[in-house]
Amino acid sequence: MRHVTAVRIGPIGFRIGSHWRGPIAAIEDLYAGYPAPDDGIPDFNVHLFAARPWRRVLRPSVHIGGDFVIPDAAPLPLAQGLLAAEMGMNLQMALGLRRYLLLHASAVERDGRAVLMTGISGAGKSTLAALLMARGWRLMGDEFVLIDPATGLAHAFPRLISLKNEGIPVAEQAVPQGRFGPMLLGTPKGTLRHLVPDARAVSAMAEPAEPALLLFPRFGFEAAERAVLPSEAFVRLTQSSTNYVNLAERGFEALTRLVRSVPSRAIDYPDAETAVGMVEALA
Amino acid sequence: MNPAMLLAAVLRDPARAEGLTAPEWTALFAVARAEQLIGTLAHRIDGLAMPPAAARLVKDAIASAEQGRTAALWEAEMARRALAPLDMPVVLLKGTAYAAAGLSPSVGRAIGDLDILVPRERVEEAETALLAAGWEWVKPDPYDDLYYRQWMHELPPLIHRDRDKMIDVHHTVLPLTARITPDAAAMLADSIALENGLRILSPQDMVCHAAAHLFADGDLAGGMRNLWDIHCLLGEFGFDGLAARAARHGLGSAVARAARQANRLYGTPIPETWRVWDSMDPLFVRRLTARDGWGRSTRKLVQLGFYLRSHWLRMPPLMLARHLWTKYRKGHRPT
Amino acid sequence: MIRYRAAPPSTLRVFPLDALTLIYHRASGITHVVDAPVPEILEALGDDALTSPALLARLAERFDLADPDPMALAVRLDELAAAGLVERLCAM
Repeated sequence: MRHVTAVRIGPIGFRIGSHWRGPIAAIEDLYAGYPAPDDGIPDFNVHLFAARPWRRVLRPSVHIGGDFVIPDAAPLPLAQGLLAAEMGMNLQMALGLRRYLLLHASAVERDGRAVLMTGISGAGKSTLAALLMARGWRLMGDEFVLIDPATGLAHAFPRLISLKNEGIPVAEQAVPQGRFGPMLLGTPKGTLRHLVPDARAVSAMAEPAEPALLLFPRFGFEAAERAVLPSEAFVRLTQSSTNYVNLAERGFEALTRLVRSVPSRAIDYPDAETAVGMVEALA
Repeated sequence: MNPAMLLAAVLRDPARAEGLTAPEWTALFAVARAEQLIGTLAHRIDGLAMPPAAARLVKDAIASAEQGRTAALWEAEMARRALAPLDMPVVLLKGTAYAAAGLSPSVGRAIGDLDILVPRERVEEAETALLAAGWEWVKPDPYDDLYYRQWMHELPPLIHRDRDKMIDVHHTVLPLTARITPDAAAMLADSIALENGLRILSPQDMVCHAAAHLFADGDLAGGMRNLWDIHCLLGEFGFDGLAARAARHGLGSAVARAARQANRLYGTPIPETWRVWDSMDPLFVRRLTARDGWGRSTRKLVQLGFYLRSHWLRMPPLMLARHLWTKYRKGHRPT
Repeated sequence: MIRYRAAPPSTLRVFPLDALTLIYHRASGITHVVDAPVPEILEALGDDALTSPALLARLAERFDLADPDPMALAVRLDELAAAGLVERLCAM
């Protein structure tokens, strides 16, 4: 692994190695304001590698490896090396995180209280997170929220916001002074562009927040809102957590405590602007 | 120092961990994860002076191993319940056995699938009972299925439809086509009953099985962990009756080499008469420690040699050529 | 006669929520999301190994069942056995 960099996102440190300089340069550029892993010891390793030596140069194809891997995962073209690095980090979190309960959700914070928005891919979590950040919320993350089983607090994981397809122009308009990454065409998820979390999100990344509201958003429907019972919230959250089972009884405690003490609501929204209004009204 | 050798050195003498640099810690954890030894390592160094970031990883690994152990013992229990009405001996193997019996290799050990040994003539009954209790075949590929049933030492893998965990039902410990044929009936006959009715192999047979699995069965991938198991077993049970039992199974050479390799890597005390190194031993050391600071496999040529060798040990030459060709066509490559 | 024994109560963490009950089974690490009559069955079994008719009688007595159905109970017990919350014991 000739090219190497390291970065800490929230409480988690990563070391990323690559056969090519490009993805490393992109990571170092976009994560420029971020700290290094604590004590110089990363929690996870990601490697971007060529399957055969000649594939480093001839039709370069980036395979994603790391401490935790999915076998037979499809490689990406070198032009999407930045995406490969991000996917590699996500994979380590999804498969290997043990210290916190991992929820697939975006989160924003104000006055020490966090709004968690869970949802499947395509529910618009990332776009929503970007818009709320533009409106003055502290961004905690657009993909993962970490819940400390001991305290119940939510911890930030402010990776690069991953905007997709129609979400890209929406965010570009809302955050004109934002730092954006390159436009990546033809990715497995369509067109993709990263937005760097603002200075406040980065400087506050080590500050946890009390979960105050759990939202289950649904994009592409007429605006509507209903309460969600703790039992439904519990089941839905286990489905959106890749490591709930691994945390055993501590996971059970953390999740039951969360759904019992934090109100949950389901919101339907036709577009991001409407969603922002609904979130601010409910929060 | 080669990071895998560093891992071996720290396992052997945990005090070595004090004073490691950040890059050394990083490589140590990466290799430990790649070798499925992070839980073992964590237990060995838990409580020693180390940077907070390392201490957090140690704590995580210990918790993770504990959860894995609970899940593995539960699989054993559910298999026991499914097979209990058949009143046949069910012998736990490898990681689950160590955990169920509280043996020293189990400390922090990562446990994979559930492996059990049953009498050959009762394999079909066991299969039927497990299928009735919610296990089902993993995606059957006609070629693999045939290969398993005709030549291997186990049923094709079964996976539980709700719990999503695998069980491997063995009737011998090496494939039927292997050149070495351990005495499975003797292993069953001398197995030891646990409180819940499940059984484990006798201590000598556990060492023999681990050595068979390490040298005569596999291509040595994950060898450091198998060797650590052997190191622990030799430490716990000693060498009484081991040579004779190994000879009975045709595993004399494998067990002797396992002991030498454990001595080389982990400092396992072995009797004078066992300390006869041969020209292959250094090659084995190289293969066992073929990892870089990222935990990736290195030394590809040595690896390929072992991959071919492991298949040679399992199958007659003509079958080997055909099998490897089919595997190659399907895209399997030694990693 | 087949008897049924529940997982020892010390291995179960029962957490009633609104519409459902959550049961964390320590011995397996599995979280079960259940509805009546599962918690009632587990409570009625307690530490005992009961036959299905005996269990039905105990349930009828404790919970004032309107229509005690042995078939329905048998189905529930099989489900619980598959889930590992109950063990089926055969008399030898």
